Amino acid sequence: MRLLRVIGKRFSRNKLSVLGALTVLLLIILSLFAPLIAPYDPTAIDVHNVLSPPSKEHPLGTDELGRDLLSRIIWGSRVSLKVGFIAVGIAITAGIIIGAISGFYGGLVDTILMRFVDIMLAFPTFFLILAVISILEQSIFTIMVVIGLTNWMDVARLVRAEFLSLKEKDFVSAARAVGASDKRLIFRHILPNALSPVFVAATFGIAGAILIESGLSFLGLGVQPPEPSWGNILTAGKDNIEVAWWLSLYPGLAILITVLSYNLVGEGLRDALDPRLWEAERH
Amino acid sequence: MVPLIFGITLITFTVIHLAPGNPVEVQTEMSLKASAQARENLKKLYGLDKPLHIQYFDWLKRFVKLDFGKSFVDGRKVIDKIIERIPITLTINILSLILIFIIALPIGILSATKQYSIFDKLSTIFVFIGFSTPTFWLALLLMILFGVNMGLLPISGIQSIDTSEMATFDRLWDWIKHLILPVGISAFGGIAGLSRYSRSSMLEVIRQDYIRTAKAKGLQEKKVIFRHAFRNALMPIVTILGLSVPGLIGGGVIFETIFAIPGMGQLFYSSTMSRDYPTIMGILVIGAILTLFGNLIADISYAFVDPRVRVSKKE
Repeated sequence: MRLLRVIGKRFSRNKLSVLGALTVLLLIILSLFAPLIAPYDPTAIDVHNVLSPPSKEHPLGTDELGRDLLSRIIWGSRVSLKVGFIAVGIAITAGIIIGAISGFYGGLVDTILMRFVDIMLAFPTFFLILAVISILEQSIFTIMVVIGLTNWMDVARLVRAEFLSLKEKDFVSAARAVGASDKRLIFRHILPNALSPVFVAATFGIAGAILIESGLSFLGLGVQPPEPSWGNILTAGKDNIEVAWWLSLYPGLAILITVLSYNLVGEGLRDALDPRLWEAERH
Repeated sequence: MVPLIFGITLITFTVIHLAPGNPVEVQTEMSLKASAQARENLKKLYGLDKPLHIQYFDWLKRFVKLDFGKSFVDGRKVIDKIIERIPITLTINILSLILIFIIALPIGILSATKQYSIFDKLSTIFVFIGFSTPTFWLALLLMILFGVNMGLLPISGIQSIDTSEMATFDRLWDWIKHLILPVGISAFGGIAGLSRYSRSSMLEVIRQDYIRTAKAKGLQEKKVIFRHAFRNALMPIVTILGLSVPGLIGGGVIFETIFAIPGMGQLFYSSTMSRDYPTIMGILVIGAILTLFGNLIADISYAFVDPRVRVSKKE
């Protein structure tokens, strides 16, 4: 707990990261309480108010079916939150398992797994994601799984590198000497010490996953209308680019703010968790 | 590299064959009347009646000859469709890589040599915004600003309809006007990334003893930075260049679709929409191989940047 407090103190030194963390918190509240906060039903069609510019009744304007843009953006935050956390959860789980096995056992297993990582990294990720999504049913669930399964490689490399150095440490030899099983060595002794770069990668990963989801939904391969997502609102923005600038501006701004916040938190976490800086502080 | 290419083909093949429903069903689903016999014939045509591993090796044999089969959409050879798309995609990527270098390196060097200055802080903010901006949104905003409101730049395609009547210079200018937005936007994220990397790489080098030595012997600041520090900072930057190739190629899908540029990305998007499996497989493999080439070029350029690599190769 003392450790957590120290990390929190170091994190709070970076004002921008704190701002990012507060924004993330706000976004989470926004998406949890979307039904209470949103002024209108996000799918309620109003034919008398089609493509009306921002006004008192509709602060951010309405879309091509007269639906309130502000409410759609608020509901859209649910999609990005879900995709961000679940896709990264999948990526981290896969990355930790593969990285841990690779780093712990070494040898042929390591070679094979790392070549596999190289191969996966050679594909332009967006191509691979599109290819898989095109053959599966298009839903938010598919997107989360596919983003997760195409973004685990960095985590795997990080975890492997940590395992390579940690497994030579004395505390691991000691645990081995008293007869701990491989499973216990990996999960109880080494993994907890290898997690801090994973946390950092996960935070940046959430930002990346939100960007990918918005791109896919923009292309019509992600969240399907009428369910609002920031990406598919932007598709409407593109279709009405000559007449309704607000449909293009605001959803993208929401993406930018969200992704920026996660990136700032990631940056702050990286500095707060960097053991090299810990050393420097002690002296 | 050969095992990697082998792996790439294996994964591509597996992904496509995980698909529920096969090409025959895709082609016959429109006409319910397609007889069982017609289905069988189609299956034979694609070799789908053979076991999976035989299908894979058949496909691989044809792949070595760059024969990816024929597109389901228009019956043309996939390789022809891809080859006619490569030049424009490559042009945009190379132009934007050049743009990235011209803009990002000076930013990185300047913010490293003047660490914590106002310029450094501003560029750091720019980098974070650059990392976090969805490029297709930026594209939309710039299209509204320059295309719709100001009417300065065309917002789709790579040439105007009436180019054949233009003089050579006008035609070139027309082409440039069409490329400004796509190239600028595909470079945007890269500029943020590379200026960050060159900054941290420069910072690392500047702290080295030999830089202090160079300064101590009274060399000009400029000379120290460009002759002593910059060349050593280039190494990690070159790596990033190689690694950014897949991102550039993959990113093409979105902005080529937005700007209606007939490149590989747009072809890939339209083939995924129509489930044109031969084309999807062809582009996946070629995209991955282009990526490997990007890495190879990065490796080779190490030799130019770092004399140590050259020496160790001779021995």
